[in-house]
Amino acid sequence: MTGTLTTTQMIFGRLTWDSFPWHEPIVVATFCAVVLGGAAVVGALTYFRLWGYLWKEWFTSVDHKKIGIMYMVLGLIMFLRGFADAIMMRLQQAWAFNGSEGYLNAHHYDQVFTAHGVIMIFFVAMPFITGLMNYIVPLQIGARDVSFPFLNNFSFWMTTGGAVLVMASLFLGEFAQTGWLAYPPLSGIDYSPATGVDYYIWALQVAGVGTTLSGINLIATIVKMRAPGMSLMKMPVFTWTSLCANILIVASFPILTATLVLLSLDRYVGTNFFTNDFGGNPMMYVNLIWIWGHPEVYILILPLFGVFSEVVSTFCSKRLFGYTSMVYATCCIMVLSYLVWLHHFFTMGSGASVNSFFGITTMIISIPTGAKLFNWLFTMYRGRIRFELPMMWAVAFMLTFTVGGMTGVLLAVPPADFVLHNSLFLIAHFHNVIIGGVLFGLFAAINYWWPKAFGFRLNQFWGKVSFWCWNIGFWLAFGPLYVLGLMGVTRRMRVFDDPSLQIWFVVAAIGAAIIAAGIGAMLVQFAWSIWKRKELAVEGDPWDGRTLEWATSSPPPEYNFAFTPVVYDADSWADMKKNGYERPLTGFKAIHMPSSTGTGVILAALSTLCGFALIWYIWWLAGLSFIGIVAVAIVHTFNYKRDFYIPVEEVTRTEEERTRILAAGV
Amino acid sequence: MSSATANAPMEPRAYHLPEEPHLHEGHSTMLGFWMYLMSDCLIFAILFATYAVLGGSYAGGPGPKDLFDLNLIALNTAMLLFSSITYGFAMLAMEKNRVSATQGWLFVTLLFGGAFLFIELYEFSHLIHEGAGPTRSAFLSAFFTLVGTHGLHVTFGSIWLVTLMVQVAKKGLIPANKRRLMCLSMFWHFLDVIWIGVFTFVYLMGVLR
Amino acid sequence: MSQPHSPRWIRLLRWSAPILAAPLAGCNWVVMNPTGDIAVQQRDLILISTALMLLIVLPVMALVVFFALRYRATNKATDADYDPDWDHSTKLELLIWSAPLLIIIALGALTWVSTHKLDPYRPLDRIDAETKVDPKVKPLTVQVVALDWKWLFIYPDLGVATVNELALPTNVPVHFDITASTVMNSFYVPELAGQIYAMPGMKTQLHAVANKAATGTGFSANYSGAGFTHMRFAYKAMDQGAFDAWAARVKASSTMLDRNVYLALAKPSEKAPVAYFGTTDPKLFDAVVNLCPKPGQRCMGELMHINMMGGAGKESAHDTKGLQYDFPNSHVIEQSDQNKGQETAPDAPGAPGPHHEPAIDHTNPSGADAHAQHR
Repeated sequence: MTGTLTTTQMIFGRLTWDSFPWHEPIVVATFCAVVLGGAAVVGALTYFRLWGYLWKEWFTSVDHKKIGIMYMVLGLIMFLRGFADAIMMRLQQAWAFNGSEGYLNAHHYDQVFTAHGVIMIFFVAMPFITGLMNYIVPLQIGARDVSFPFLNNFSFWMTTGGAVLVMASLFLGEFAQTGWLAYPPLSGIDYSPATGVDYYIWALQVAGVGTTLSGINLIATIVKMRAPGMSLMKMPVFTWTSLCANILIVASFPILTATLVLLSLDRYVGTNFFTNDFGGNPMMYVNLIWIWGHPEVYILILPLFGVFSEVVSTFCSKRLFGYTSMVYATCCIMVLSYLVWLHHFFTMGSGASVNSFFGITTMIISIPTGAKLFNWLFTMYRGRIRFELPMMWAVAFMLTFTVGGMTGVLLAVPPADFVLHNSLFLIAHFHNVIIGGVLFGLFAAINYWWPKAFGFRLNQFWGKVSFWCWNIGFWLAFGPLYVLGLMGVTRRMRVFDDPSLQIWFVVAAIGAAIIAAGIGAMLVQFAWSIWKRKELAVEGDPWDGRTLEWATSSPPPEYNFAFTPVVYDADSWADMKKNGYERPLTGFKAIHMPSSTGTGVILAALSTLCGFALIWYIWWLAGLSFIGIVAVAIVHTFNYKRDFYIPVEEVTRTEEERTRILAAGV
Repeated sequence: MSSATANAPMEPRAYHLPEEPHLHEGHSTMLGFWMYLMSDCLIFAILFATYAVLGGSYAGGPGPKDLFDLNLIALNTAMLLFSSITYGFAMLAMEKNRVSATQGWLFVTLLFGGAFLFIELYEFSHLIHEGAGPTRSAFLSAFFTLVGTHGLHVTFGSIWLVTLMVQVAKKGLIPANKRRLMCLSMFWHFLDVIWIGVFTFVYLMGVLR
Repeated sequence: MSQPHSPRWIRLLRWSAPILAAPLAGCNWVVMNPTGDIAVQQRDLILISTALMLLIVLPVMALVVFFALRYRATNKATDADYDPDWDHSTKLELLIWSAPLLIIIALGALTWVSTHKLDPYRPLDRIDAETKVDPKVKPLTVQVVALDWKWLFIYPDLGVATVNELALPTNVPVHFDITASTVMNSFYVPELAGQIYAMPGMKTQLHAVANKAATGTGFSANYSGAGFTHMRFAYKAMDQGAFDAWAARVKASSTMLDRNVYLALAKPSEKAPVAYFGTTDPKLFDAVVNLCPKPGQRCMGELMHINMMGGAGKESAHDTKGLQYDFPNSHVIEQSDQNKGQETAPDAPGAPGPHHEPAIDHTNPSGADAHAQHR
């Protein structure tokens, strides 16, 4: 940034022809594939004239169900990217022995593991759980949409904008080579001068705005829009866990935002928050990022705890055991998750008393978590368990997650952590809880609620293939990592000296390949089920569900419920069925709904552009797009007409259609 | 748990209300905005914490005693406090549906807010001119970021204020505009509270230390 | 575990020999089988905690499988047991909250005690389970600097230093003072003791003892940039006699570790060979911790003193000379630098290196211990 700027630099910042990684054949090949695939998709959309449909019915929609589905699609796409990174790492580590450097150089490999972590947490797990909560929560509480439908659409596009920035880093410049939390001073401008950390910062900032707003939105929805009669202690457990997860989001993502602002000031302005010199303190970053980071893992897992509660209770055809203690356990975990952050760096030299305090608070979290597990266990007791796919995932979760929880408590013992910290044992532990908890939960949820969203079940055969591939693949991939951790092998290594380790990495790579087969089977399951959707079609309530979302048709109409239901029980739909509820067939009224708007898309696109310009030091573009954001936001506030009524004829038509289908099905 | 009652339905339960429950427009806005303020408060909490950690790292440079001019800051504080009071008057006028009084007080608020920003910018430029810019030491980095973030909030509050004045002029004090004025009111007073923290914690304690 | 297999077995499965034989024959579960007393105690703690947790984990997992099978809908034997409204039992609730609670109380007590006992900052009181530390024996001090991407070990008591080789006498308590030159690393020798972060401008400590002669590897356990994967050093524990001989060999090196040599050495390089320095600048480590190894750099100790005084006055704002420590592109390996690094770190142990003028030792108040700020 010294010397005089040329005109090209004024216009393009530090973006040049050489920003494209010409010398990385893997990236170039990927780029070609993406360009071809992208061209094919764009071509197909144009050929079938789908752009207008997508724009009007999906991109600008404020319907929480459509936004939920878009979140899930985003999560799935990014999951494939994140998993490709995982496969590359497994291959490199199985390969780079006996003097071989493997096939990835440090510059590439270090980006791969950083991108894997960032993508899997921020752009896979977060969109998945946000999508799930978006789709299910309003239905479970008998609402017609969320509190702030426009913000919901905007949040989704901000998350997508962050994902777009991460993907752009693959082909323009580079991604961070710092590990997924970008500890300074390594992530400072002197040690990471290229675009990598800037991509990291702006991708997370843009997506973080979306996440925070969607958290506020869902809390307001749950607090304000519950159906009459649904007191807090009559909320379905999934809604409860979503409420807690969203409170955690609102109370932790601002910390991430502030921390990344400080890091970006260090990089852009030359301040000295986390530098070695001029009085900066890198240890402060480690503290701040984990004050956000630990609640974050509970943000991910809590909603899935809710999913398991719904699934276990439904497929055991039984009320959930210990609803009250389940709720209190969730709240306990929510509060405790703020008191444990230091366990991520016992090895930073805090005193023994500080370390033991945080070690013990960490262990205390296992008490409510254990109570939850027992509650699911006793829900199974004296039930009639139907082993449909969601229930299979739930049982697999209980077995897998328990092991992960145990190794987690082990790592919470500071002296044990001294030998296991940053080792592959740690990697195995958190994959054990994130795959065994979050992903298995998502798979349970997808199999459980797919019929709700689309009106047909998922194919069971391919679902089972995927289930077994995942379970076997998981243990093959991460069992060896536990062992390697006990052999003192540390994480983020690229090349190994000790040939006796190779076999374990080979087994882990085979495990990853089996997981890949599981993912493939899942994609086949989706495709096959969509193909055969007529045969798999269901109406309303295929699993004999217990909560309100099953009270309406599957897929639900735009307005969710023709009449807002009244709730008397936590298992409100089970209660309605038991008391001979009859669906009203007449007396429909016009329904008040929010109208679609393209403002969210525009604002998010401008934000993404602003982030991109900042990454590449294209100051004029950054300034211009920022002014654009403010201007568009202001213009949007001049639109006072943001709602419409679905006319009573349309409601009647929709409901009569359903009556006919129901009659035909019986 | 209410499960025991489920076995003996005393009377048929009504699962729909005769009149659809109606959520009035903007039913969640105040709650949502309040939550946004709390999340913003967390950002300030982090900046305060950062200042607490780094506020004593001068890197061989000047400390608060060398740099802060309390008279100027007192004037600045007065500007912001007055702006809060005049915003309060605007809200009182709004309650009585007096459009022009509301607009007048909003304009006065804007003037005070502008004065606050002007003084702050003067202070910043003065410090930078003396070589005590945000890059000089961790203390100054934390100082400029904390105070500057607050100033940035006041700036956006002012832009918002102008927008609302235009909207009130166009549409009058309709419920939607009243709701927005309430939100901005919360925002403006919130910034006042934050500033009291800044004034005490950064300036007063800095000079006393 | 390490029993060799019958040859026929191996011949039959020759194609898969690496797959089957390697994990069984060649593996070294060093974390589970260390040779230093601290690491042994940490290993024991892992085993005890795991056993404690298995007390509850195993029954739970067994119950999950048992209930899943027993109450499956297709098992007509339990049809009569079906109780769809059973959702509460105070006794069971008490049990499911108190059972984990009891385990955690036990584990928490164990944690509190062991964390204090195995605090890396705490001087040792025992050599091994049977032997107490002899109060007359002075612990050996080793100063550790994590450089990009190699390790510097300074033995202030012996006046020598090495790169990428840590030798220790057995059954002598060792006190490590640890820091880093640029970014965060973690100093970890699995054979010896658990890790502790090595951070620039900070001094962390570790107390440990080697009980058996052993060779192994130490490394950075915290990712620190491009050369991280090769940031490994040889760890050699040997009896006192062998150690004295080793020290004499290092001492024989004519290379001196002064500021200039240090600065050249600190430049980023990968796979740096082992190097010995027969003499060292005794104030070097202090200067590194205080971020002032370069002539003209102002030490953190002095700056922290100014902090205590409340600042250095208005005029000091423009006085930024000697304050910068991080420099642009600090993590780039340049080919020419790599060669220079080779010169200053002679690849043959003891080989004479080029002569360097010792750095001018500017008034260097060996500043306040950085770690005071940090504990």
